[in-house]
Amino acid sequence: MERAGPLAIDVSHLTKNFGARTAVADVSFSVARGEVFGFLGPNGAGKTTTVRILGTLIAPTSGSAMVAGLPLTRASEAEIRQRISIMPEAPGLYRRLTVTENLEFFARLYGLPGRPARIRQVLAAVNLADRADDSCGSLSKGLRQRVALARALLSDPAVLFLDEPTSGLDPVAAHEVHGLIGALRDRGVTVFLTTHRLDEAERLCDRVAIMNTSLRTIGRPDELRQALFSRSLTVTTGAPLPVPDQVFGGLPAVQGWHATDPAARGGTADYVLTVSDPAKAAPGVTRALVAAGADVLSVTESRHTLEDVYLELIDNQEARS
Amino acid sequence: MTTMSAARTGAVIRKELTEFRRSRFIVSTMAIIPAAFFIAPTAEILAQHPAGPSASLNQGIGFFLAYLLLIPVLIPATIVGYSVVGEREQGTLEPLLTTPIRREELLIGKAVATLIPAAGVSYLVLGIFLVIVQFGASPVVATAVLHSPYLLAQVFFIPLLAAWAIWIGLAISSRASDIRVAQQLSVLASLPPVALTLLLAFQVVHSTLVLAASLAGALLVIDCAAYLLVSRLFDRERLVIGARPGTG
Repeated sequence: MERAGPLAIDVSHLTKNFGARTAVADVSFSVARGEVFGFLGPNGAGKTTTVRILGTLIAPTSGSAMVAGLPLTRASEAEIRQRISIMPEAPGLYRRLTVTENLEFFARLYGLPGRPARIRQVLAAVNLADRADDSCGSLSKGLRQRVALARALLSDPAVLFLDEPTSGLDPVAAHEVHGLIGALRDRGVTVFLTTHRLDEAERLCDRVAIMNTSLRTIGRPDELRQALFSRSLTVTTGAPLPVPDQVFGGLPAVQGWHATDPAARGGTADYVLTVSDPAKAAPGVTRALVAAGADVLSVTESRHTLEDVYLELIDNQEARS
Repeated sequence: MTTMSAARTGAVIRKELTEFRRSRFIVSTMAIIPAAFFIAPTAEILAQHPAGPSASLNQGIGFFLAYLLLIPVLIPATIVGYSVVGEREQGTLEPLLTTPIRREELLIGKAVATLIPAAGVSYLVLGIFLVIVQFGASPVVATAVLHSPYLLAQVFFIPLLAAWAIWIGLAISSRASDIRVAQQLSVLASLPPVALTLLLAFQVVHSTLVLAASLAGALLVIDCAAYLLVSRLFDRERLVIGARPGTG
């Protein structure tokens, strides 16, 4: 779902150099208000640097940006920080303080009125109401991550940056964090999600950008799949076809085909057919296979995941360099 | 533009004091350092012979009181070395710097939070010392101590020396990459004013009221200059990425 409306983030030709090394090169993108935007890339791709620039922690070498309706300048830094929240990869909690004391401290820094009620509210949102008086040093990593998320939600930010929110979490804890992010999306919070977990991005994000120092691509996950991969049908038969070209070559809906490695399939055979419309092509393909006497085990539309898109882009870039 | 907020500074002070209270290292530092610098001079004062020459007695009193001045220097030096680099190692600095807090609010909050226990413990030790002298030392020695010009200097020099140690420690902690190095350097860097105090106590430099007032004034100016310097050294980018901006 693409959200319409004013922009929460607008980045133009952003570059950040650390000495001779370029961490972020000429990156431009925008994020609509209420959108969950995934920012993907391998380690060292410049994702965290971009978040830190947009969060006013470090200054860009060149380029400009608008964050939460304010230009990214030194004069507006404090006001931007008032309007946004960043949850860094490490929870960064004061371990000698309790959960409530941690949140109380940050609530005071944001100058929030009605602090006790607000703290109870965010603790309830992350299912931690019963751990309010626990020392943060005694919590598991998953629980600390939830406290960090509660802290990020305290100020009801216009833009919420989540940097690898499920890094190091077990599947159950990661699933809980996904649920919380989903709930934020439902509430219309703009979320800028930095991750290298592609399943996470695919499940949660309206749009994703793939970054490797420079921006490789940006769009909805299904748009990216379509742009990078031709649509195809995967046919599985009980045994290899004697002359596959005789079966597939004469079908007008089939633009091309190739067989996958039969040895790996334990006697069955897979054929990937390039088609323009899998739903329309499937009946004709099935009839042709039956007419050829093949044992048809399945005819399915090939699904390319965001991981395929990611690997295609990153591998292509590495091959070029 | 956000203005200085007493509420944010107060939040930092409250948080720091709560953390100090729950840190065994800090609590033990606040107990061991005063004890180490309190027991010896107190015992020496109690052993002073009342019939000795008055110049010798005054010199002894000056020395013992100067010895007590190590407390407001060493307590903050050991605590404040952890202040910024410790937050960075603990991972709490980045979330803190993403809030609307200004660097001045953060630095003043940390400085005041350190000054409160450092000065408090120093005055407490001085008070206990004076009570013991009043009731335990010979009347001549007690009178000499309680009417010593060094005593008034002590009252003024405690916060000034503590502030010096705090700003030097914060400057080092803002630049250091390791907690232990920061603490060791902070202790070393905070000692020069104590050396001057010792020169006065040993009457290598003869103390007068004008000299004491001048030194106090100079320390005040140095403390203010140190605050401005630390404020300029406190660079968010450097603290977050761990290197000078532009060098990464």
